[in-house]
Amino acid sequence: MEKTWNNKAWFMVLPVLVLVAFSAVIPLMTVVNYSVQDTFGNNEFFWAGTDWFLDVLESDRFWDALTRNLIFSAIILAIEIPLGIVIALNMPKKGIGVPICLVLMALPLLIPWNVVGTIWQVFGRVDIGLLGRTLASLGINYNYVQNPLDAWVTLIIMDVWHWTSLVVLLCYAGLVSIPDAYYQAAKIDGASRWSVFRYIQLPKMKRVLLIAFLLRFMDSFMIYTEPFVVTGGGPGNSTTFLSIDLVKMAIGQFDLGPAAALSIIYFLIILLLSWIFYTVMTTSDAQG
Amino acid sequence: MLEMKNITKVVGGETHIHPTDLALERGSLNVLLGPTLSGKTSLMRLMAGLDKPASGSIHFDGADVTGVPVQRRSVAMVYQQFINYPAMTVYDNIASPMRIKGADNATIDREVRKAAELLKLTAYLDRTPLNLSGGQQQRTALARAIVKNADLVLLDEPLANLDYKLREELREELPKIFAASGAIFVYATTEPSEALLLGGNTASLSEGRITQFGRTIDVYRRPVDIVTARTFADPPLNTIELVKAGSQFTLEGKPVLSVPAHLATVSDGPCTVAFQPHHISFDRPDGSGNPLTVKTAISEIAGSESFIHVGFADARWVMLAPGVHDIEPDATLEVFVDTRHLMAFGPGGRAIGGTA
Repeated sequence: MEKTWNNKAWFMVLPVLVLVAFSAVIPLMTVVNYSVQDTFGNNEFFWAGTDWFLDVLESDRFWDALTRNLIFSAIILAIEIPLGIVIALNMPKKGIGVPICLVLMALPLLIPWNVVGTIWQVFGRVDIGLLGRTLASLGINYNYVQNPLDAWVTLIIMDVWHWTSLVVLLCYAGLVSIPDAYYQAAKIDGASRWSVFRYIQLPKMKRVLLIAFLLRFMDSFMIYTEPFVVTGGGPGNSTTFLSIDLVKMAIGQFDLGPAAALSIIYFLIILLLSWIFYTVMTTSDAQG
Repeated sequence: MLEMKNITKVVGGETHIHPTDLALERGSLNVLLGPTLSGKTSLMRLMAGLDKPASGSIHFDGADVTGVPVQRRSVAMVYQQFINYPAMTVYDNIASPMRIKGADNATIDREVRKAAELLKLTAYLDRTPLNLSGGQQQRTALARAIVKNADLVLLDEPLANLDYKLREELREELPKIFAASGAIFVYATTEPSEALLLGGNTASLSEGRITQFGRTIDVYRRPVDIVTARTFADPPLNTIELVKAGSQFTLEGKPVLSVPAHLATVSDGPCTVAFQPHHISFDRPDGSGNPLTVKTAISEIAGSESFIHVGFADARWVMLAPGVHDIEPDATLEVFVDTRHLMAFGPGGRAIGGTA
């Protein structure tokens, strides 16, 4: 067949290109622009080259925050993915229970981040919060403002409460799409409950689990609102994640150059890790 | 021998299987033939022990197995969908029933390779089902059923989702593959031609009832009632209400079809006369008389055959004619009905008269 070139077709994609340019490319290039220059205001810029990048990469502040991010995401994934699968497996497959469970599951997802933060901030307060006071009256010394461990536990519980539902809903969608005949066939074979999960349900959920894993990784790695509202990055620097550090740098200290460099590094880390996860998980899918 | 005695199946007040008796011999091939929702799958689930009958009992080799769950019976089942363990290789899939039973590795390896050889899967043993064609996936499922060496093998429309060529190929092989095992072999299908090709016995099902059970060819040639005859006709059975008067079937006093010898014993009066779509043709069949003038509605060309929809009086018939006929609608044609294959049904749809 002969290929026909129709240059008018490019006009069709023009609106999309313009939109993407305004929403993504231009802001990103602005950041790149800041990251390689130094400015003292007055619209005066001096070429800084890779100085800011080196500054950021050589600072302990960056590596400490990055470590916190990695640990936080690892914990979040280790809790939310298995918990989401377990809840999805135990959700009813038919009857009146289905809509009830789905609505209950969707509720946390409908609450804005900062509201979730405020809820837990009040909930956990030792003087007036239900959780804080209950724990205190039980003799447990819980205080997320003073104790780094308590601050972390609060943030993790908050995130688990807020986002496990997403994993549940995705897994549930994967589970209900498995034809009944699979379960029948397994039953006829005399397969155990574990075998059914391991050899039918898990492989069938693989694709949605990949999406759940990537979404939860990216989201938890970009965590900002919750620590900003609840702990403000403290106590000390114990909950200062990359995003919080970035805002402190850019708006608190007005170090635009290093902040721009950090944003780009931050972005590249997320991109790289997501790409690695995706590649690893899809290759293992192809192999079996 | 599998015996079902007076079993019924009721789901939420709705009767899926009306009281049914059925006895299947070891080593036999049995076809459950009926349209969608006629109860084929329900009956199979009862045979397998996946469901418990609402009443009645099921016996296997004389022992009552009514309440025995499927895991403790010797059953293998293949479905219309291609059901395999998605994350396992073909080898592991075929081996899975034996692994659950706890067979040793040497036996497993031997049996898997034997089954793979039989179903032409040897080259694909290391692949996962996702990387196979539909036909190969279904072969894998069939291989799993074979290695299980079960007493009862249930195939629920196993070829329905395959393309035409593969369907023909597998349909030919299936009876041979399972014949050696001495198992009871049950095959559900909606297609009359499939039942005829498989042979063996056929139970014709309609709305949760077995209307007739016997040798496939007998059920086809001598249906006990019009429901069975309809189940066993594709394209649909042609019928017309006529009045028998001596040597003629008449419509409004005018003779339409001559009464063949085998229907001579039918007493005079109204009855339903029926014939298969391939027993009506443009050519005069031997020993049959007058042409019928029909009006054409539409004609469909299906490869080397044509389905011509015609109207005669109030009746609508389908004519299966060899060759390609491009016939205009509303044309008037002369056709012949081969009266040697006429069937007659009396009140309540019971077959009357002798058989061809």
